[in-house]
Amino acid sequence: MEKSIKRYFPVFLGPTFLAFLIGFIVPFLMGIYLSFCDFRTVTDAKFNGVQNYVRLFQDGEFVHAFWFTALFTVTTLILINVIAFAVALVLTREIRGTNLFRTVFFMPNLIGGIVLGYVWQLIFNGILSRYDLALKISAKYGFWGLVILICWQQIGYMMIIYIAGLQSIPGDLNEAAEIDGANGWQRLWNVTIPNMMPSITICTFLTLTNGFKLFDQNLSLTAGEPMKQTEMLALNIFNTFYGRVGYQGVGQAKAVIFFILVVSLGLIQLNMTRSKEVQQ
Amino acid sequence: MKKRLLTLALALVMALSLAACGGGSGGTQPAEDSQPAGDSQPAGDSGDSGASGTVYYLNFKPEQDGDWQELAQLYTQETGVEVKVQTAASGQYETQLMSEMAKTEAPTLFQINGPVGLANWKDYCYDLSGSALAGELSSDDFALMDGSSMSGIAYVIETYGLIYNKALLEQAGYTADDIKSFADLKKVAEDITARKDELGFSAFTSAGMDGSSDWRFKTHLANLPIYFEYEADGIGDTEAIKGTYLDNYRAVWDLYINNCTCAPTLLSAKTGDDSVAEFVTEQAVFYQNGTWAFGDVADIGEENLGMLPIYIGVGDEASQGLCTGTENYWCVNKNAKPEDIQATLDFMYWCVTSETGLEYLCSGDHMGFVIPFKGNLESSNLLVNIANEYVANGTTSIKWCFPTMPSEEWKNVLGSALTAYAADQTDANWETVRAAFVDNWAAEKSK
Repeated sequence: MEKSIKRYFPVFLGPTFLAFLIGFIVPFLMGIYLSFCDFRTVTDAKFNGVQNYVRLFQDGEFVHAFWFTALFTVTTLILINVIAFAVALVLTREIRGTNLFRTVFFMPNLIGGIVLGYVWQLIFNGILSRYDLALKISAKYGFWGLVILICWQQIGYMMIIYIAGLQSIPGDLNEAAEIDGANGWQRLWNVTIPNMMPSITICTFLTLTNGFKLFDQNLSLTAGEPMKQTEMLALNIFNTFYGRVGYQGVGQAKAVIFFILVVSLGLIQLNMTRSKEVQQ
Repeated sequence: MKKRLLTLALALVMALSLAACGGGSGGTQPAEDSQPAGDSQPAGDSGDSGASGTVYYLNFKPEQDGDWQELAQLYTQETGVEVKVQTAASGQYETQLMSEMAKTEAPTLFQINGPVGLANWKDYCYDLSGSALAGELSSDDFALMDGSSMSGIAYVIETYGLIYNKALLEQAGYTADDIKSFADLKKVAEDITARKDELGFSAFTSAGMDGSSDWRFKTHLANLPIYFEYEADGIGDTEAIKGTYLDNYRAVWDLYINNCTCAPTLLSAKTGDDSVAEFVTEQAVFYQNGTWAFGDVADIGEENLGMLPIYIGVGDEASQGLCTGTENYWCVNKNAKPEDIQATLDFMYWCVTSETGLEYLCSGDHMGFVIPFKGNLESSNLLVNIANEYVANGTTSIKWCFPTMPSEEWKNVLGSALTAYAADQTDANWETVRAAFVDNWAAEKSK
């Protein structure tokens, strides 16, 4: 058995590795190289040193996009996780139709981001037009519109992860705490949540990175209007790369910075929450 | 049992993923096939016949996609040369061109909008001077030159203005003869707005600032103050625009947004389709657009259709005509294989000289273009004929100066500023528009 695994592992690993190479590693390395180039199409680039990075930091819109994204991410991170956790707590009680609720709450996650963006745009504009307002006239509307959309889409998904976590907590822990005289809150804070840390780690990681990487919904809901005030990092990079003549290299440089940002934030967060995980 | 089921499921997943791989490679096969076919022919001898090359046209105009597809098929039937036509979605041309150009099978025929587009793509433009197509041009003004190299050739001349519904205008008690200046237009529009409930329609269709429609204002309407400034200064392009006629731009924009079918705060959500629908269902009298929109608006009946110049209250309005020009230049990809370049040149020549090609390009049943080539046919596009009448009556056409706008970015920033101003019409917000127009012009030009 062992021997045949050794002999045949390239057959099994090869295709996936090849796909990973073509779909990830090569574009990634090319991207880093291109961020130091001046180019129109990716196959024909001229090296120009760190000039793209210099121009990047002169770009106030990128900085604005960063802060907008950060604010958005923090807001959605808190809202999604708190609500998803609460919903998961409710749906692990013995209520009639629990499975139906879980399924329905999960469903928004099955719809693609662009479609969601346009659907919600219709909904928001439909409501706002009663007051002679529209989604794209104020960054405030755009911001909360995005928050509502993302919460609606992701709460169901995070809820499923939390439910799985809740179900894996041994019942005797809570029972023992109850016998010791702990009330509901105390049990939640001192028994349930510490045992839920692995799920919390996963969910905060997902919501954090999803918030930072948000693109489709941003593009279709507000497209950055008004005046780029609701433009998030990914959309800003896209617009720089495709929307501006001679800015492809700068867009690429932004993408590299963006990558470093998301990875480092993700790692910091993982370390922070992991350290709080307990062994059962 | 459970284990066996699991194994089965895993096997199924694997089979599926393999099938997907198979499907993928199957999908790329046709593309691979065409390559050896091209390569096996002795390259180099590009002149003798185009039969060995293929044409790939990345089309800019979504309205004409169907016609181009048919025309390509007819050409293939007639000559055996394969012509592939792909059309970019509205507003996505530059994006798509950029990614298509990076491919091995890049477009052989693409288009740019004028000097600004040329700056971006000049390394890809084949020199068309001396080509058979260049010989067909009715005037050299329609060639786009990069130094001594002819980088692009215009293939359509278009006209825009204020399209209006004659019947509705008469219902309101006016005719086109009552509108000879901006002051007249303002009087008529505001009168219609005042009697909106009684008449049952508005003056203007919604000036939608959605991406499908905002170019009508951030590009086409903005052309007028630019044109008049160029005329006053006797120039054709500038590094720093002064915005001499911005007050007029504001006046006409105010008129559009405050006399349309909806509240100005709602304009950011209105699309091009909304505007067309409002015009066709007779909810509004005026609709700013051009000859290319004939197919959309023909439904109200040709006898009801008219087009007025866009008056903004500058210059000699009595002799002001419609806005005529082009921002569509054909370019041939220099980096394509020589036989493909030849095939492309042959195809372009065929389009503007053969009976079928001209029929498709010029007939109102198809693309309805006015083409700047000797073979141009009498048009059955009513709006084109109206435009010709204006010229015949001795009015001065407004030139299209917007190909000199510094960048797409400039237009987008202006568009956003106009939208913000429409929602809240304060002087502070107009200052943003002014900055987007004047300051950003210099900033973008210097990049």
